[in-house]
Amino acid sequence: MPRRVVVAGYGMAGARLAEEIRRRDPAGERVALTVVGAERHAAYNRVLLSAVLGGSLRPESVLLQDEGWADEHRVDLRAGTAVTGVDRSARTVTLSDGSTVDYDVLVLATGSRPWLPPVEGLVTEEGLAPGAVAFRTLDDCTRIVDAARPGAPVAVLGGGLLGLEAARGLAHRGNLVTVVHPVGHLMERQLDPAAGRVLAAKLATLGIETRLGVTAARYLPGDGLKLADGTYVAADLVVVSAGVRPASDLAEAAGLATDGGVLVNDALCTSDPRVHAIGDCARHPGTVSGLVQPAWEQAAVLADLLTGANPAARYRGTPVVTRLKARDVDLAALGEVHTEVDSADAEVLCLQDATRGRYAKLVLREDRVTGAIVLGVPDAAAAITQLFDRGTPAPADRLALLLGHAATAPPASPVDLPASATVCRCNTVTKRQLVSAWRAGARSPADLATATRATTGCGGCRDAVRTIADWLATT
Amino acid sequence: MPVDTHCPYCALQCGMRVSAGTVAPREFPTNRGGLCQKGWTSAAVLDSPGRLTVPLVRRDGELRPSTWEDALDLVAARLRALRAEHGPDSVAVFGGGGLTNEKAYLLGKFARVALGTSRIDYNGRFCMSSAAAAGIRAFGMDRGLPFPVTDLAGAGAVLLAGANPAETMPPFMQHLTDAELVVVDPRRTPTAEAATLHLRPAPGTDLALALGILHAVVADGHLDKEYLAERTTGFDDAWRVAAAWWPERAERVTGVAAADQRRAAALLAEADGAYVLTARGTEQHARGTDTVSGWINLALALGLPGRPGSGFGCLTGQGNGQGGREHGQKADQLPGYRRIDDPAARKHVAAVWGVDPESLPGPGPSAVELLDSLGSATKALLVFGSNLLVSAPRSAHVASRLAALDLLVVTDVVASETARQADVVLPVAQWAEEDGTLTNLEGRILLRRRAVDPPSGVRTDLDVLHGLAVRLGQPPQRFPTVAEEVFTELRRASAGGPADYSGVTYDRLRAGEALHWPVVSTDDPGTPRAFLDRFAHPDGLARFVPVDHGGPAELPDAEFPLQVTTGRVLAHYQSGAQTRLVEELVAAAPEVFVEVHPDTAARAGLADGDLARVTSRRGSTVARVRAVASMRPDLLFLPFHFPGAGRANLLTNPALDPVSRMPEFKVCAGRLSTVES
Repeated sequence: MPRRVVVAGYGMAGARLAEEIRRRDPAGERVALTVVGAERHAAYNRVLLSAVLGGSLRPESVLLQDEGWADEHRVDLRAGTAVTGVDRSARTVTLSDGSTVDYDVLVLATGSRPWLPPVEGLVTEEGLAPGAVAFRTLDDCTRIVDAARPGAPVAVLGGGLLGLEAARGLAHRGNLVTVVHPVGHLMERQLDPAAGRVLAAKLATLGIETRLGVTAARYLPGDGLKLADGTYVAADLVVVSAGVRPASDLAEAAGLATDGGVLVNDALCTSDPRVHAIGDCARHPGTVSGLVQPAWEQAAVLADLLTGANPAARYRGTPVVTRLKARDVDLAALGEVHTEVDSADAEVLCLQDATRGRYAKLVLREDRVTGAIVLGVPDAAAAITQLFDRGTPAPADRLALLLGHAATAPPASPVDLPASATVCRCNTVTKRQLVSAWRAGARSPADLATATRATTGCGGCRDAVRTIADWLATT
Repeated sequence: MPVDTHCPYCALQCGMRVSAGTVAPREFPTNRGGLCQKGWTSAAVLDSPGRLTVPLVRRDGELRPSTWEDALDLVAARLRALRAEHGPDSVAVFGGGGLTNEKAYLLGKFARVALGTSRIDYNGRFCMSSAAAAGIRAFGMDRGLPFPVTDLAGAGAVLLAGANPAETMPPFMQHLTDAELVVVDPRRTPTAEAATLHLRPAPGTDLALALGILHAVVADGHLDKEYLAERTTGFDDAWRVAAAWWPERAERVTGVAAADQRRAAALLAEADGAYVLTARGTEQHARGTDTVSGWINLALALGLPGRPGSGFGCLTGQGNGQGGREHGQKADQLPGYRRIDDPAARKHVAAVWGVDPESLPGPGPSAVELLDSLGSATKALLVFGSNLLVSAPRSAHVASRLAALDLLVVTDVVASETARQADVVLPVAQWAEEDGTLTNLEGRILLRRRAVDPPSGVRTDLDVLHGLAVRLGQPPQRFPTVAEEVFTELRRASAGGPADYSGVTYDRLRAGEALHWPVVSTDDPGTPRAFLDRFAHPDGLARFVPVDHGGPAELPDAEFPLQVTTGRVLAHYQSGAQTRLVEELVAAAPEVFVEVHPDTAARAGLADGDLARVTSRRGSTVARVRAVASMRPDLLFLPFHFPGAGRANLLTNPALDPVSRMPEFKVCAGRLSTVES
């Protein structure tokens, strides 16, 4: 008899876990799998919602699985229902349709829900007031797209990662976007104040205004927001993206240990060994929640454990690299970002070029990258992330690392090359050989080719050989 | 009398003229009058002192001169005895991608008919197998470039994945001068220097990069939906995988900036004609077939394959890497690119050979698995045109397997490292000394003509096969020794197969006709551009294959913190057995080196020019440090052309691709140290 595994939640974590389990146990010999999901449609890729908002991907393009996936893979999918209760002693869960399901192992993958800031008039008894939409689900996305007519003013509550991705998507659609953020600089968890300032300036060039260090006091449907400092932000639509909170009510009601999320160990076990938790609802000491990478890594580990594919698998945490996905804004932040340039115990480099929307900060300890903020230098961001993830010692030329491609020197003129330099690679002809051949009477490129075979392979050195011949003729 | 022929080395098969033992370039579409240093100096191998001119037989531990009769008698007698004692599969054959079509064909026939063994494979397994498998999956047929090389000159953009033609086939670069080049390579190679955009994925992460670019193609509106609907199937499944590889995620795995992935997508999509080409850098991996499928998916999403002025292709490496993979020296294959497990194919080929289809063996083990079996299941190995000791992965293990054989016979032009280990060495004629056809990288069949007389004492490979077959009891006429006669038989054997040569004749080739296979009749002009109307699957559609990134088989760890990759330099060809005999080439590239970032060298106590030790789980190599500032700090590069303690393949990982059985030459974990440590 296969073990009965029930997964509460069919989001990015729950769907991934189902796939990882079936990759290891395709025939369902080890695990009988039930997945319960509150949303009606197939699981989708939440990371790509800003692309849907920006209009570059259609909603059906972000579905994680085809309609028939569950049937084809022997997964009992209960879409459009939610787990409403857990009876740990009976090992059953109750669903919103009144049915119960027995389990040997329960996996909580209930995700998170948007946190709604205390703004007067924003929340009614039916949820968000008309004209206000959270930015969390695919349905939210559709609602925003339907409501945000091109050219209309839109306010985004929250200048964190998701808020800015939404803002960029809306600006790309042609909306006049204002981001209202209660902290003095954008993305304060991932950026230092100076980087936040450069980012705000960059967003301004894309038509996104920012109102920083001020909270929204009141929502006036159809009109906009009144801020705490007495000013107004006009908005036909308010998009709420002020952060999320782990959805751990179910776990709390079931008496599991929680502390800002369901507490799990390296085997992704909660305080009940028959109950696991992964993704945004889980709290593991080595992880920041709210990102997909940890959820997917946890799904792989848990699938190893539940199928017995690798009983020694453990989840040790995921180093966080934050990457803003916003067209024309290239931002990466990782590790310790708040270490100051005058830090006594770390090596910190910082380059600010606000005019061109560039900011690069690098924190190193014992030659290893331990933190960075890279804005507007895409290839440097990629190289620094590799050093951070792999723990490779950073190159001694730190400046080249910070500048990326910009540090590449233009190629030297063949006239300035040393005599030993190879001019024609295809035939290993050095500048010295060309000079000797010229002195021996080979004055034209054709004669030089006959004498040395230079230019007779790929022909890429033709200009260089001509330049050298011309230079010799005039010196 | 000057004779027009083609270069003995790579698959570009540059046109050259041989007269009085010297070589000069000539106009030909693939090389447009160019030759690299290897081509220019190729005549030096004809009269090199390293040339073999007399059969050698090992006596009292030493290879000593013998006569042809004695050597062949001895080999035949030993083979008979081993077969009698251990069965026909105790004898194995190993071929090469440098052999002519006629030799490759006759070698396959010799193995299946004269030896009755299933155990035949060849070094093309190390070369083209991943690209071939992926091409067949997607298009139903594998022809390296399904269009003439010259078509590339009209392209607006070309993406080269793991290809370094500026060093490996330099005259080819003449076709790329007008295109925006996107070069995918962890190293800043001469080809990368010529690029508009150089993408530098961490070794073993090419598939993640291909998926990231595919994602960008879709998200940035470059998808060719009309083409997808008319000419392909399976996009939705491939997209489900690529959807999870948004460029920022691919960046974290590959180290290639998301912005550069988007730029690559835009360059290809917006160009007036674009091509995606792969080569060994992206193919020689334990996930090489999937990686090539990833690049094909990208090309299909952009609507490139099977359209005039755009396309997908792979750059074949060895001189006859294309023809060599079509005519039956591969473990699972019969002539005409037929499958040996296909009853109709067996029936057709058996009829041409005049044998019972039931007598033909089935598929045998792939190259690495075959080498693993030496000394156990396999007692004797006959090697034709391959220098396994240098070119196969995990060299030290290969050496121990070769040493465990009852009988090793090597047929070669020069005394390669593998020949020096053999029990019997048979000296054969080479390129300019005999007639034969080759099929170049664009599927065009070329005639190489005899231009000089072979040294006395030397026979052709066809003679050797004939001599052994007759001694093993075969009728003499079944193994012709005249190349054109063998080719005439090959035409019949290939007729009706995917690689149909039935309409190709020596006369048509002598007349200079440009014949690209399939050529189904003598009045068929051939197929310069395949797939224009339909792909070779029964429904005519190309297939997207849903492939996901898996990463290298061996990752760096505390003990082996660096990654090692291997490759080529301009001055040498393959194992270097030929080119290391040419003084001018040795002067250009005298010894093995390890390319490394200067900081990484310094950390190991090494500087430019020092001798270093590079170690992996499988062995260690001693190489000269070449400090190169553009290298990734976690990467070492070694060329694999050099022998002895300098063999890069002492390090490489024989982890195999599950589909193509290609070993993972291009990435393993390693460390760098001084020689003493």
